[in-house]
Amino acid sequence: MEERRYRSASGALIVLRRRQHSASCRELAVRCPRLQLRSLSAVTSAVWLAAYGLFVLSENSMVLSAAIFITLIGLIIYLHFVKIDQESLLVIGSLGIQVTSSYASGKESTTFIEMGQVKDVVINEAIHMQKVIYYLCILLQDPGDPQGVSAVVPLFQSSKPRLDCLIEVYKSCQEILEQRKTAPQSS
Amino acid sequence: MVLKVFFPSCCSSAESGILIGHWISEQNSAVILAVVHFPFIPVQVKQYLSEVQRVTKVSVSVLGSWSNSKQEKEENLSEFLEDLGTIFSHEPWIQISKEGGSKFWSCSTLQKHSNNPKEEEIILVYYDQRKVMLSHLHPPLDTATSTDHKADDASKLSAVFDTVAKSKILFMTDRYDDGPIKLTHWQSDGVEASIIVELMKQASVPACMLLTFLLSLISGICRSRVLKFWPLSFLWSKLSTCEQLGHRLQHLQVISSNKKAQTQTQLMRKANIFVSLLIDVALGILLMSWLYRKNRIGHLADTLIPMADHVAEELQDLLQWLMGAPAGLKMNRALDQVLGRFFLYHIHLWISYIHLMSPFIEMILWYVGLSACLGLTVALCILSDIIALLTFHIYCFYVYGARLYCLKIYGLSSLWRLFRGKKWNVLRQRVDSCSYDLDQLFIGTLLFTILLFLLPTTALYYLVFTLLRLLVVIVQGLIHLLVDLIDSLPLYSIILRLCRSYRLAAGVKFRVLEQQVGKPLRLLMQINPLSYGSVVQTYRLPTYSCYPKDSWTSLCKKLFLGELIYPWKHKGEKQD
Repeated sequence: MEERRYRSASGALIVLRRRQHSASCRELAVRCPRLQLRSLSAVTSAVWLAAYGLFVLSENSMVLSAAIFITLIGLIIYLHFVKIDQESLLVIGSLGIQVTSSYASGKESTTFIEMGQVKDVVINEAIHMQKVIYYLCILLQDPGDPQGVSAVVPLFQSSKPRLDCLIEVYKSCQEILEQRKTAPQSS
Repeated sequence: MVLKVFFPSCCSSAESGILIGHWISEQNSAVILAVVHFPFIPVQVKQYLSEVQRVTKVSVSVLGSWSNSKQEKEENLSEFLEDLGTIFSHEPWIQISKEGGSKFWSCSTLQKHSNNPKEEEIILVYYDQRKVMLSHLHPPLDTATSTDHKADDASKLSAVFDTVAKSKILFMTDRYDDGPIKLTHWQSDGVEASIIVELMKQASVPACMLLTFLLSLISGICRSRVLKFWPLSFLWSKLSTCEQLGHRLQHLQVISSNKKAQTQTQLMRKANIFVSLLIDVALGILLMSWLYRKNRIGHLADTLIPMADHVAEELQDLLQWLMGAPAGLKMNRALDQVLGRFFLYHIHLWISYIHLMSPFIEMILWYVGLSACLGLTVALCILSDIIALLTFHIYCFYVYGARLYCLKIYGLSSLWRLFRGKKWNVLRQRVDSCSYDLDQLFIGTLLFTILLFLLPTTALYYLVFTLLRLLVVIVQGLIHLLVDLIDSLPLYSIILRLCRSYRLAAGVKFRVLEQQVGKPLRLLMQINPLSYGSVVQTYRLPTYSCYPKDSWTSLCKKLFLGELIYPWKHKGEKQD
């Protein structure tokens, strides 16, 4: 198990953790920067100041309770649906690739792609906002056309690691994907 | 290639024995279904397996040996287990052994006919047998539609799920049965059954027969000739309550049919319809009890007439405003007065009609309110129909205004062509030049001028009544949207996803368990449940959906030209 620090596309610090469970099973996890206390308190105080201003204008105390309610609900929704803590890739040779995103509230959303559907894992370029970034993606095989690609599954969308981190992940994945080409077929 | 062994987690503490299951050769994976314990007679085991194979159509065979010893490995035991491999010949022969209480098992294979001397890697995947047996794997929605290459593209995991699901008969024997073979699987401690479920199954047969008989009576009455005469059939087709009742009748027929549901989709649909009907009727009875307590329905009937009067008064005020100088515009006085008086007389007729009906309103409403026990959707449809009936005069005004405006627009366009010296060629469906006589031109221009200067008045009346009609249509549309929602929501599937999420599977997820060097890779396979959005999308009940017939541009064009708009189209209605 080894950990290395890299930077994301926006400059934040991310940590890549690699684990080799067996000869054909590897887990690669990218941990995103945590929720900062100062940004949380900044947003909360801004909302409450605005609510207090409204209260002074309208003399209605419902505004204050509504502001507290909105802040709480907003925080819960943000932690449960928006803020991703860790994105991991589990590659099991001859079974498939599993992509997991864990949210700050503990929720985990998992997708498993069988090895028969995976055509290849590649690094692609994309235009995101005003930048051109690199991203790792899984190409899915088109069942009708052996040369075609039916879908592209992008990985690490929330942490957006830079090229150096992506190259490490790419090399690890390719080592396992190559095994399925060199493995002898069963009779 | 890597060998994958799917081992049920319920057999982890079983006594030593041999493993039986299904071997999937194209994926090099073995799905273990049960463990057969010593002592057994090999011939009887083979007989039993061939019987199971005949019933379930899954090729179950002896795959290997399982040894669970409290002490360290014994030499003669391992030789005995290898000898078993010669009796039940299976290629490869899998040997799994668990020593002491260690959670790391050793797994090895015996290959007799392979030319590859290298030891192949083994992956041990634990799965929960009961959950995998009950679960239904849903393919992703886009691949579910393409069925041409389904045969060769069956995903590996669906093969595992199918194997376990089809082997239900294997799990029906438990350890209290006196058979020659002792098995361990998820139900071997005692077959699970529920008294309530069995009682309901017994009770459902006569209930279904009774329901079918009643439904055949009702549909016989509905189809009788008496109700098919022209005014009545026209009325039935216009009232949304009758459509909703017919829809529910269809649902009841689906539930009460004697045929058992063949596929998972049919079973879920039946269950969804049943739960939806139940909730609908429960909400309807709740509404009814609320309405009839404290005689609220009497109060409602009492306020209905004053409300209709109020609407009529507002309309009268509106017409007076139009007859004056509305929004500062100057109307043509003569036409204004004619149209205004015509509509005022209409309202007067309507008010007299309402007042004629007023003594009976309360009684009618009381009996109509009783039909809310048929369901909340029926009550909402009745509400929508009452609104339609109460605002019938607005509908009439809209039709008059639209027809007048339409005539005017067509007249204007035709006379404008005459003004320019052109004519519409009906044969060629195009505009051709035409030489008119002088008197034709004279009269045509005169009429054109008259129509043009009368246009603002008519256009204003048309605009006002169209807006009122659109308002009523929007209110009715919202009610129908709510009815559609209640009709099509698959409540049973949503509750199943909430409480027994393993039944609806979108896929699987693997968790890597503790590893030890030298031992095979251990994974835990869990079921990844379907998301709520996909549940609703997959199991939606079809409705007689009302959706707008026209796109926005064609709607605007029709409004501009004065053509009548019928905004809601029902499935099965003839196009007009």
